[in-house]
Amino acid sequence: MHPGRRLFIQGSLALAALAAIPRGLLAMAWPEKAFGSAVASDAMTELFGTNQTTPSDAITLGAPEIAENGAVVPISIETTLTGVQSVSVVVEKNPRPLAVSFEIPPGTQPDVACRIKMGKTSQVMAVVKTENGLFSAAKEVKVTIGGCGG
Amino acid sequence: MASKIKVKVKLKGDIAEVKSLMLHPMETGARKDPDTGSTIPMHHITQLTFANNGEPVMVINCSTAVSRDPYFSFSFNGAKPGDTLTVNWVDNKGDSDSTEVVLK
Repeated sequence: MHPGRRLFIQGSLALAALAAIPRGLLAMAWPEKAFGSAVASDAMTELFGTNQTTPSDAITLGAPEIAENGAVVPISIETTLTGVQSVSVVVEKNPRPLAVSFEIPPGTQPDVACRIKMGKTSQVMAVVKTENGLFSAAKEVKVTIGGCGG
Repeated sequence: MASKIKVKVKLKGDIAEVKSLMLHPMETGARKDPDTGSTIPMHHITQLTFANNGEPVMVINCSTAVSRDPYFSFSFNGAKPGDTLTVNWVDNKGDSDSTEVVLK
């Protein structure tokens, strides 16, 4: 067989294998409209189909009362609710309120942590989507130095 | 290119505690370059996927409001030593990075 052809086949097989990995993993598309929305309730409607949530004591939202640096605000969300499908963080007064959304497959615990940016003092809301609807917990975080813009 | 993702997994029985840190500027698109005064274009991770043995255990959709060099932690059930956890992200410029770690 022609050596050039053999090389070409090997190369294309390797490429196909590489291309197959991310496609298999990225089952869900990035919700561009929800993230681009400038109003918290619009972003939630875009993401969940409704902006009505039920406040729940079963959600523990960990956030500092005062964030000295708005560029790095540690957030943790934990819930004892069952059938959790996703956990999202909405920062009401950010230019784009929807900060991050965790898609939680069955078997993964609804207990997540991350660090977000906050432009100014705002309500931070954890929105938990379960098979029974939307639940939320909110907390005000005071920001002394903003993390958006410069 | 060497991966710029750091992942630490601690197994407690069949529960895996995952802590991860990636290097990414996470530009909001609102910041200005102090030297030139021009706006630094938006550049942020859009989607981050964790898969254990190919099965997604966490998909994280990010906006620019995720801090620079994002840190995430979570736990999942049904993990055992020898499993391979793959971490993969893509950003709004189409760049991507991935790494994998064998649980022990």
